[in-house]
Amino acid sequence: MSTQTTEPPRGTAAGPAGPAPAARARRTGRAKDWARRAPLLPALVFLVIVTQLPFVATVVISFTRWNALAPDNRGFAAFDNYRAVFTDPAMRSSVGTTVLLTVTVVLVSLLLGLGLALLLDRSFRGRGIVRTLLITPFLVVPVASALLWKHALYNASYGLLNGVLTWIWRLFGSDSPPQPDWMTDSPLAAVEVSLIWQWTPFMMLILLAGLQSRAGDAIEAARMDGASAFDVFRYLTLPHLRRYLELAALLGTVYVVQNFDAVFTITSGGLGTANLPYTIYQTFYQAHDYGRASAQGVVVVLCSLVVATFALRTVSSLLREEVTR
Amino acid sequence: MSVMTTAPRRRRTGGALGLVAWLCGIAFFLPVAWMVLTSFHSETDAATNPPSVGAGLSLHGYREFFGGGGGISPWPPLINSLTASVVSTLLVLALAVPAAYALAIKPVRKWSDVLFFFLSTKMLPLVAGLLPVYLVAQNAGMLDSIWLLVLLYTSMNLPIAVWMMRSFLAEVPVEMLEAASIDGAGLTTTLTRIVAPVAMPGIAATALISFIFSWNELLFARVLTGIVAGTAPVFLTGLVTSQGLFLAKVCAAATVISLPVIVAGFAAQDKLVQGLSLGAVK
Repeated sequence: MSTQTTEPPRGTAAGPAGPAPAARARRTGRAKDWARRAPLLPALVFLVIVTQLPFVATVVISFTRWNALAPDNRGFAAFDNYRAVFTDPAMRSSVGTTVLLTVTVVLVSLLLGLGLALLLDRSFRGRGIVRTLLITPFLVVPVASALLWKHALYNASYGLLNGVLTWIWRLFGSDSPPQPDWMTDSPLAAVEVSLIWQWTPFMMLILLAGLQSRAGDAIEAARMDGASAFDVFRYLTLPHLRRYLELAALLGTVYVVQNFDAVFTITSGGLGTANLPYTIYQTFYQAHDYGRASAQGVVVVLCSLVVATFALRTVSSLLREEVTR
Repeated sequence: MSVMTTAPRRRRTGGALGLVAWLCGIAFFLPVAWMVLTSFHSETDAATNPPSVGAGLSLHGYREFFGGGGGISPWPPLINSLTASVVSTLLVLALAVPAAYALAIKPVRKWSDVLFFFLSTKMLPLVAGLLPVYLVAQNAGMLDSIWLLVLLYTSMNLPIAVWMMRSFLAEVPVEMLEAASIDGAGLTTTLTRIVAPVAMPGIAATALISFIFSWNELLFARVLTGIVAGTAPVFLTGLVTSQGLFLAKVCAAATVISLPVIVAGFAAQDKLVQGLSLGAVK
C-alpha cells in the first residue's frame, strides 16, 4: 500500500529506543483496521442493542411462567411454555398457514411479476403510463389496501366483485346473480389475492431492472443465428435473471412471512388464516400470556434462522461475483 | 432487423402484447381507481349493488375525514406518522451511509459476514422481539411515545439501507478515489466532491424506501402507541367502527394516507427500481 508511508507512525510515543519495526507495523496495521471499522460501528452497535437484546430477553422470558392477568403466579417454568407451544393445535395450524401463505404469495407474484416485466420490456405506446399504473398497488399503504379489499371489493352485499356479478347478470335479464361471500367461503385465498396484488409490482420492478440490464448485442447475435424467442428466453434471459429472481423471492419472503396488516384487517385471523405474527400478537396482546408468547417467538426465530441460513447462501452467490472488486 | 420478413410480424405481435400490457395495467390499477372514485361518492352511492359508477361526485367523505367526523381529528396521527417516518429516515441515513462507505469503498476484512449480519437481523420476525420492547417501554414510561417508534423504525430499515447504500457506493470508481488521494484530497473533500455526486441518487432511493416502510408500519404502532402517539395506519384501522357504514369516508382516509407514498413513488420510479434491486444491478 502506498499510503502506508505517508501515515504518521503511531508507535513514536514509545521513546527513542522504540518498538521493533515489525511490531510498529503491526500496530499501525491494527490502527488502520480500526479506522476502517469505525464507520461501521454506530450502525452495528445500534442494531445489536435494538434488535438482538430484545431477543435475548425473549429467550429468558420464554422460560418463565408469566401471565399478566395473574401477576402473583410468576416463576421459573422450565420447558412448560415450549411444551404448550408444540402441543397447541392453533400454533401448529398457524405454522402451516404461514408457510402456505408465504409460498403462495411469493410464487404467484413472482410469476405474474415476471410476465409483466417481460411485457413491459418491449416498447409499445404508453409504456411509461402502464408501468406507473402497475406500480400503484405497491405504493398504497398496506392497511389501506387491506381495508379496500375487505370493504370495497370483497364485501358480499355491496362490494365491487359481487356488484359486477349483479351488473353482468342484469345485462342478460337475470335477477338472481351469484353473490358469494368471498371472505367466509375462501378466507385464506381472500388474504392471498390482496397480498399478491400488492407484491406483484414489487417483483415486477426488480425483474424489470434485471431485464433492462441484459446485454442487447448477445440477444441480437442469437436472433441472427436463428434462435427462436423461446430459446433466447430459456438460454439467455433466464440465466441472466437468476440473481434477480433470487433477490425478489428473498426480499418478498422476508416481508410476506412477517405480514400482519392483511391478516389482522381482512379476517382478524379467523377461519384458519392466523399466521405466526398474528398468533404471537394474540397470545401477547389479548391473552397476556407473556411466557408462552415468548416461547412462540423463540420457536419462530429458530425456524427463521434455518430458512435464513439457506437463503443467505443463495444471496452469497449474488455477492461472490462482486468480490473481485 | 435485417431479416425483412420477420420485421412486420414482430411489430404486429408487439402491438398485441402492448394491448395485453395495457389491460394488465388497468386491471392492477382498478382497485385503486375504485377506492378513489368511492371516496368521492356520497355514503349511499358508495354502498350500492350493482355499483353506482356514474353517481354524482361529493366531497362528503373528505369533509368527514378532515373535519374529524366521529370525534377524532386526523391531524395528530398524520403528524405523528410524518415525524416517525422523517426522523427515522434521517437516522437511518446517518447510520447507514458511513457503514456502507466502510463496506463498499474500503472493504473491511470479513465484510460479507458483516453484510450477512445486517440482512439476518431483517429476517428475524420483528414480532418475536416485541414483548421485551413493550415491557422496557412500559417501565421506562415510553409507551405511547412517538420517539420509541422512531428508534424501532430506524432499526427496521437500517439493514436494507446498508445493503442498498453499499451497492450504490460500490459504483464509485476506485480510480477516481485513487486520483483524488494522489492529488492530496482529504477525506472531507473526497466525500463531498467525489463520493456524494455519484451516491446522491442512491441516498435518495434509500431514503424513499425507508420512508415508505416507516409510513406503512402497523404492528408496532398498534401495540406501542395509544391516544397520543397513534400513527396514520392505526388511525385508519380505528375508522372502521360499524362495518362499511362509512365506506366513502374510509376510502377518503385511505386515499389521503396513501397519497404521500404514491406521489413520492411516482416521482422516483427509476430510483425505486434501482434501490429495490440492491446490489444486483450493475
